[in-house]
Amino acid sequence: MSTLEDFGRYEAAWCPGCGNFPILKAVKKALVESNLSPHQLLFVSGIGQAAKTPHYLNANVFNGLHGRAVPVATGAKLSNPELTVIVESGDGCNYGEGGNHFLAAIRRNINVTMLVHNNQVYGLTKGQASPTSQKGFVTKAQPGGVLSEPFSPLAVAVAMRAGFVARSFSGYEEHITDMVKQAIAHEGFALVDIVHPCVSFNKVNTFTWYKERCEKLPDDYDPTDWQAAMKTAITWGDKIPIGLIYKNEQPPYEENFAVLKKGPLVKQDVDREALKDILMRYL
Amino acid sequence: MNSKILNIVIGGEAGQGLVTIGELLAKTLVECGYEIVVTQSYQSRVRGGHNTFTIRTSNKKLVAPQEAIDLLIALNEETVQLHRNELSEKSFIVTDSSVKVDEIPCLAVPYGDLTSSRYENVAALGVVTYLLGLDKTVPSEVLHRKFGKKGAEVMAENRKALDSAYQWTSNELSRADEETLNFLKLPPIQRQSPRLILNGNEALALGALSAGVKFCSFYPMTPATSIAVTINQYAAKMGVIVEQAEDEIAAINMAMGASFVGAPSLVTTSGGGFALMTEGVSLSGMTETPVVIMVGQRPGPATGLPTRTEQADLELVLYSGHGEFPRAVFAPGSVEECFDIARSAFELAERYQGPVFVLTDQFLADSHRAVAPFKVEELARVQPGTDPSQVESPYRRYAITENGVSPRILPGFSKHLVVADSDEHEEDGHLTEDLSVRVQMVDKRMKKLDGLTSEVIPPSYEGDENPDLLLVCWGTTHGSVLEAATRLNSDGIKVSSLHFAQVWPLVADHFIGYLKDAKQVVSIESNVTGQFARLIQRETGFQIPKKILRYDGLPITPEYILGELKV
Repeated sequence: MSTLEDFGRYEAAWCPGCGNFPILKAVKKALVESNLSPHQLLFVSGIGQAAKTPHYLNANVFNGLHGRAVPVATGAKLSNPELTVIVESGDGCNYGEGGNHFLAAIRRNINVTMLVHNNQVYGLTKGQASPTSQKGFVTKAQPGGVLSEPFSPLAVAVAMRAGFVARSFSGYEEHITDMVKQAIAHEGFALVDIVHPCVSFNKVNTFTWYKERCEKLPDDYDPTDWQAAMKTAITWGDKIPIGLIYKNEQPPYEENFAVLKKGPLVKQDVDREALKDILMRYL
Repeated sequence: MNSKILNIVIGGEAGQGLVTIGELLAKTLVECGYEIVVTQSYQSRVRGGHNTFTIRTSNKKLVAPQEAIDLLIALNEETVQLHRNELSEKSFIVTDSSVKVDEIPCLAVPYGDLTSSRYENVAALGVVTYLLGLDKTVPSEVLHRKFGKKGAEVMAENRKALDSAYQWTSNELSRADEETLNFLKLPPIQRQSPRLILNGNEALALGALSAGVKFCSFYPMTPATSIAVTINQYAAKMGVIVEQAEDEIAAINMAMGASFVGAPSLVTTSGGGFALMTEGVSLSGMTETPVVIMVGQRPGPATGLPTRTEQADLELVLYSGHGEFPRAVFAPGSVEECFDIARSAFELAERYQGPVFVLTDQFLADSHRAVAPFKVEELARVQPGTDPSQVESPYRRYAITENGVSPRILPGFSKHLVVADSDEHEEDGHLTEDLSVRVQMVDKRMKKLDGLTSEVIPPSYEGDENPDLLLVCWGTTHGSVLEAATRLNSDGIKVSSLHFAQVWPLVADHFIGYLKDAKQVVSIESNVTGQFARLIQRETGFQIPKKILRYDGLPITPEYILGELKV
């Protein structure tokens, strides 16, 4: 049994009031409630304010390049399936720079949990538009406002029939904990998009803005109904649904590899006799 | 025993089966006891066009390809037209009787009368078996090994095609003039103990497997794809995961993740794909995550000539990745060296925890040779990571040590937590902006270059200590340089050769004496700017005055070197 204390306390370099704080707290709680110990976990992140999160808890961590957390997580999970692998990064990292990896991870259905801190703006580089910024959103880099349509990660994920697609909001810590717990328990790729304010660079989508819009899905909502899920996933505006939007139980990618049934690759020796037989094919 | 060398070119359209004939003939020659060097030239298309499969063969040791054609097996008329000017003085053409050939000695084989179209490849093998004076039972055994599993009927058809073509050739040439026939006859030879026929890429793959590669990610790109494909063929048996990534950036980052948790990891690519990977190379350097990167070179820039050969990515590989960090770059010169160097690359990557490169190219990738079986049962595998019980708590992934190498714990196997970061970091792996730590960490990482330098494979030198001419080369051109030197020596000129199978780090003491003691030094490489000669100058101050360069997409041959030396 692990406790919150096992996951440590660190001083975080975020702005006071940043949505990342409650997310970090809720994630730690989810880990405890999932009965996971720090050494069983591998957090993989990219670059951005959200990507610093794994530095503020106790776990194995690979903090890699901007946009590339998912392939690192995929390689790690395919080499040691016994690790619980969690990707934690922001909207720019996962949906912009890493867009192709996001699509590929859904297609593979790799058993990795992807936590996306989505504040619709770039924080680390001081306030440029992100792939989820709303049209017309004015920044120093986009003085005339954002010209492109925002990326809808949940609609894309549901359209691709991803294994587990959820949204949460930094204003509801318990809800985040619940979603993250379910995502970790899900066997296969799981996306939790967590909307949150950026107190420094997003003066439009503020805490109050989200609070007024985020609405928990009703108790009788059926996440296995794909068509209903598509409708829910594209809902964004006066109302932003939060909760488990879509669930599609499929065997995770790792199960395609018989070799992984024998455990982590590094623990498997080189079969010299098999190699000798292989060489004989070239006679 | 007289030495004799024959260069046999099989040419035709893609899809005509010329590789099948080539492989069967190569196997037959090796089985008989002869040496081979195969060169494959093909276009970037699946059907049509013009491709060749060239087998240079001899009863003596052979290390290089040849341009002049002694026997041309033309599967279409275009082949005759395209290669007219490359035919040697006594050369001979074998074609289908429907192909028109003027003025050149030609054997027009009525394949249609001898066998069904399905077995024409085998019939061609029968013709060549007779022409080269080979023991007819050998191709029959080779066919049995290749097609035996397909059943008695298929085997019987194959044998019939082989026999009837052999018999037909014997009858047809019964009155031919003795001199023509003798030109193609190979001297009789003793059969040797069984040898493997491998091309460079297969040898790299097998070397990697013997070293214990456990994870290989790649995005398809000629001429490197067959390394990953060969490993994948044996992945289930050898406990390896081979993953075709969504792009090259994903490929190298997957390898980072796999290697971080302990799987010895490999990525394979060519210049364009490698260009996409370079940020990942830097990540390997910063996070000190071992990775072996095999780059099969082809002519660039951009898409260039996708299926041809060149050595123009040395500088790309040497300087790839932003920032400064140590690396090692190998460049095997033969199929055997591909196997050995693949192993060394994995050992070094693990020992010094960073990127290690193997530079090859299309010529060696596709060049089959006969090699003695590797004694795989005696070869050790890479042992990733440090025993966690030997490490004090709290574990510091980047602990400062005397040689710069920090004990590497693999996450998940102990209570130690492993933190790796692409940001500058403290010893515990967490990011820092403390600039004094920054300096310590740069020094720690660069310290590993001393270790890498202490393990450099010195270049191989062959020939007189004080030569009139020293030929300097690296990577896949070694064989051609050796042969050119031998031929010049037999003409009475003192010529030596210096070959680098590792091109980084360079240790001047290993070779500067050779450069200074030679009367003349010439560098030989397949690129337009003389990248390696420039690197030598940068590292030693020694300027190689004459360069022989080739960048038409074809491999450097002994003839090319001798021709350029005359200019």
